Amino acid sequence: MFVNAAITSTAQREFRSTAAAQRLSLDFLHEYVLGNYRDLYAATLALDVNQLNAAMVVTNLLRTAAEASREQRAQEGRLIAARLRTLPPQRVYGVFRDLRRRGINNRRTRAIVRDWVTARPDPAFDAVKYRRSLSVAARHAHLPLPGEVGTVLFDWRRPKRYETPILEAWRRAHYDQRALYELPYTVAEGLAAQHGIDRARFLSGIAPRLTAGERLRLQGNAVRHKVDGVAMDLATAPLTRLASYVLSLPRPERLRRRDELTGALRAAARRAARRQAGTWGQVVAVLDDSYSAAGSGTKRRRPLAVALATHYLLEALAADFTGLWLHHRGDPLLVHPVGATGLGVRILDALERRPDRLVIVSDGWDNAPPGQAAEVLRIWRTRLDPDQHTSIVHLNPVYDADTFDVHRLAAGVATVGVRDAEDAAALVELARFATGSAGFDELRRHLADRVERFLDAQEAVS
Amino acid sequence: MTAVIEGIDLAGLTAGPAQTWGAIRLVPLLRRDPVTDLRLHARLHDPDALSIVQTAPRTAYVSFIPHAFVATWTTDSTPAAAYGTQLRGSTDTEVPEGIRLVFRRRMARREDRQRLRFLPLHLAMEGYLALQFGGPPIAWQEWTRQAVTRGLSPRVEAGYTGAAIAGLDDALRVFEIHPDQCGMVLYVADALTAAFVVPHPDDYRALHPTLLQDFYGDLLFHYAHLYPAVPDFTVRLDDTAVTSVADLRAQLARVDAEWQGFHAVLADGLLAAGRLTVTPVHRMGRFTLARFLPAFDPDTDNHIGEVITDETGQLAYLKTFRLSAAQTRRGHLLSQLAAHDWNLDTTATALRTDRVGLIQRLDRAGFGHLLRPDIIDACRRRARESRGRAAR
Repeated sequence: MFVNAAITSTAQREFRSTAAAQRLSLDFLHEYVLGNYRDLYAATLALDVNQLNAAMVVTNLLRTAAEASREQRAQEGRLIAARLRTLPPQRVYGVFRDLRRRGINNRRTRAIVRDWVTARPDPAFDAVKYRRSLSVAARHAHLPLPGEVGTVLFDWRRPKRYETPILEAWRRAHYDQRALYELPYTVAEGLAAQHGIDRARFLSGIAPRLTAGERLRLQGNAVRHKVDGVAMDLATAPLTRLASYVLSLPRPERLRRRDELTGALRAAARRAARRQAGTWGQVVAVLDDSYSAAGSGTKRRRPLAVALATHYLLEALAADFTGLWLHHRGDPLLVHPVGATGLGVRILDALERRPDRLVIVSDGWDNAPPGQAAEVLRIWRTRLDPDQHTSIVHLNPVYDADTFDVHRLAAGVATVGVRDAEDAAALVELARFATGSAGFDELRRHLADRVERFLDAQEAVS
Repeated sequence: MTAVIEGIDLAGLTAGPAQTWGAIRLVPLLRRDPVTDLRLHARLHDPDALSIVQTAPRTAYVSFIPHAFVATWTTDSTPAAAYGTQLRGSTDTEVPEGIRLVFRRRMARREDRQRLRFLPLHLAMEGYLALQFGGPPIAWQEWTRQAVTRGLSPRVEAGYTGAAIAGLDDALRVFEIHPDQCGMVLYVADALTAAFVVPHPDDYRALHPTLLQDFYGDLLFHYAHLYPAVPDFTVRLDDTAVTSVADLRAQLARVDAEWQGFHAVLADGLLAAGRLTVTPVHRMGRFTLARFLPAFDPDTDNHIGEVITDETGQLAYLKTFRLSAAQTRRGHLLSQLAAHDWNLDTTATALRTDRVGLIQRLDRAGFGHLLRPDIIDACRRRARESRGRAAR
C-alpha cells in the first residue's frame, strides 16, 4: 500500500483531489510507515518509487536518525547514498536545501552531502547551473570547494576573470550577449530576459545546449515562435514522456504524423521491454480513456498517457495483444479522453477472449454503473475461472488521497500504482503482494532481496 | 390555450448510471437519436469547439436561446441577456429580445471571452416570475396603478447560485459527460433539484458548465450542508445463475433495466406525479416553446420551468427550477388570484377566508405593495388592534 502511494503520488493536483489534499495524505502516510516499519521504509528506496517520494524518504530518514539502531543506520546510509546517485541533481539539491531549512545537520548528513558533491563530475558546471543550491549545501555541510568554484559562489565580485571556461562565460554573460549561449538553458534564460533578447532569437541560439527534458518541454514554445533548431529526437525519448507529448498534439497533426509517431512509440516500447519482448503470451488490456483520464491542470492527460504507453509496451511484451479502450475505436494514437468509466462491460469483452493475462489501466472510479467491474471480476473468479488461468492486474496511475492508496477495483484483484509505463513489467511482478495472498515474511524476504540487488548494482557502478 | 398535463414525458431519453460526489447525485439523460433541427443559437457556440457527434451540416434548422443567457447579441458588442427562452428561424438575423446589461465593475473584462454565462441570479429569477404572472388583467380598484400596468415587475425572489451549494462545483467538474448525453437530472441529498435537457449532445457540452451558474432553491443549499453523502446505487449480480459469459452478459442487461426503474422512482416528483399547467408561448416550425407551472401543492415538490416539444410531443428542451416551500405558498396565492381574475372577494371565498384574511396573507407573503396604500394600511391597523385586544 505504501509502495503504491510512493510510486504514484507526486503531491500534485489530480482530477479528483487538490494538491493540498494529496500532500497532506502523503505526509501522513510517510510518518506512519516511518514510525511503525522503519526498515521497510528504508527498503523502499531500492524500489521504483518516484523521485519526490525518494527525496521525502531520504529527508525523513536523516531527520529521525536518532531513533535508528547502529546496524539500521549503516544500511540506511548505503541505501541513501546509492539512491541519491540515481536521482537527478536538482532533486538532490532540493533535498539538501530541505535539510538546511529543517536544521538537520548531523555527522552522517554532512558525510552524505560531501560524498555526493565530490562525486559530481563537474563542480564548476554545478556552481553555474545550481548556484544557490550548491552554496546552500556547501555552507550547510562545511564543504571544501575546489579552486575557483568557492570564489564564484561566495566571493564573485572580486575576480576580474576566471580560468575555468564555464565560469568565465558566466561572468561575461552578464555584459556580453554572445557569451550567453555557452551557458545551460535555465541560467541563460534569466540573463536573456535581463538583456531583453527576443525569445525566438534566444531559442535558436540556445538550441544546441538544451537537455533532452528541456527540449521536450520547449516543443510547443518553439512552434509558436517558429524556431526550427529545437526539434526533438523522437528515437531517444522515454516511452511515457513520448506518449504525453503525442497526446499534447492536436488530432489532425497526430493523423498527419501518424507513421513517425507510431514508429517512435513502438521503438521506445521495445527499448523498455528489452529482453522480455514477446514472452508474455496472449495479453488483453482494458485501457481507460474516460474523461477522468484527462488528469488535472498540472498533470495534463497523465493517466491517458500512461494508458497509451502501456498499450505500446504490452504490444511489445506480448506474443498476441489486444487493446480495448472504453470508448475509442481504431488507431490508439488518436485517443481522446471523453465519456464515463464503464469498465464492467469492457472487462467482460476482454475476458471472453480467454487471455493468459488481463491488464487493466484505469483510475479505478468505475461509475457506469458504479461497482459493476468489481462484480464482473468477482463472478469471473468464483464461477467462470476458479482455477485462475487468467492472471488479472490492475495498474492505477492516480493516488487517492482519502484512502491513502490507489483506488481499488475489486477485492481479489491486485492493484498496483504506476507512474511510468516503463516500470509496468516490474510492477506486475510486485502485484502478488498487493492481493494479500503473500505473507508479511515473504514480503520482507522479497524486499531484502531487492535491496541486495539494488546495492550491488549501484556499488558496482561507482 | 393553457393545458393541464400529468407530468413530463421523457420519451426518447434514457437515464444513464448516476455519478455521485458527496451529497450530489448527477443522472445523465442519454438520447440515441439527437434532435438535429433544433440547436443552440450559433452565436452561443464556441467556434473552436470540436464536435463529438457527427451530424449532417446545419442547413435549415430552428435555434433556441435559453432564458437569461448573456452574450454579445447587440451590434455594438455590449453584453445583453436573453429575456425568456426564444426560438429563432435559420434566416432570422434580427437581434434577440433581451435586456442590456451595464456592468460597473470588472465584468467588462470578461466580455471578449467566448464563454456562456447566466445573468446575475436575482434578475433572472425576477424575469421568470414576471413571465409567469403578468399582474391583474382587470383594473380592480384595490390594486395600485403600478400593479395593473407593470405586473409584478419589482418583485424579487431569492435563489442560491450553484457555486454556493457545497460540493456542486466539484461534482460538475469531475462528472464524466457521456458522448451521447443530452441532459442531466440533478439531485441534492436525493431531492430532485433540477432537470435540464437540450436537443443535441454538442449543445449539452457547451451548456454543462452553466449548471454551476444556474440558480437553485434554498432547500437544496441547506440539504447540501446537512447531508454529507448519498449512498451509491451498487448492484450485486446473482452468481449462482451464471455458468457462462453469456449468462453474465444477461445479468448486466438486467441490472441496466433495474437502474432505469430506480431512476424513475427517484424522479417521480417531476416526471409522473403532479398536475402541470402548460402555457404555449411560441411556435416555430414543428417546435413549441411552453412554460409550465406546478399545482402549487405545499405537500409535494413543485417545479417551474420551460419546455420545447416537437409536433409529436417529444421533449427537445427542458429547464426546471425547484421552488422552496415559501415560494410554493406565494405561487399558490398568485395562481388563486389569477384563477379568479384578481378579484379579492371571490378569491377569498375560494381560499375559505374573508377579504381581510386574504389581504393579510398577501401582505405576509410580500405582495402588500400591489394593493392600494389606504387598503393595506387599514387592514394592518385592524390587525394591530385585534392583536392588542387579544393581549389585554
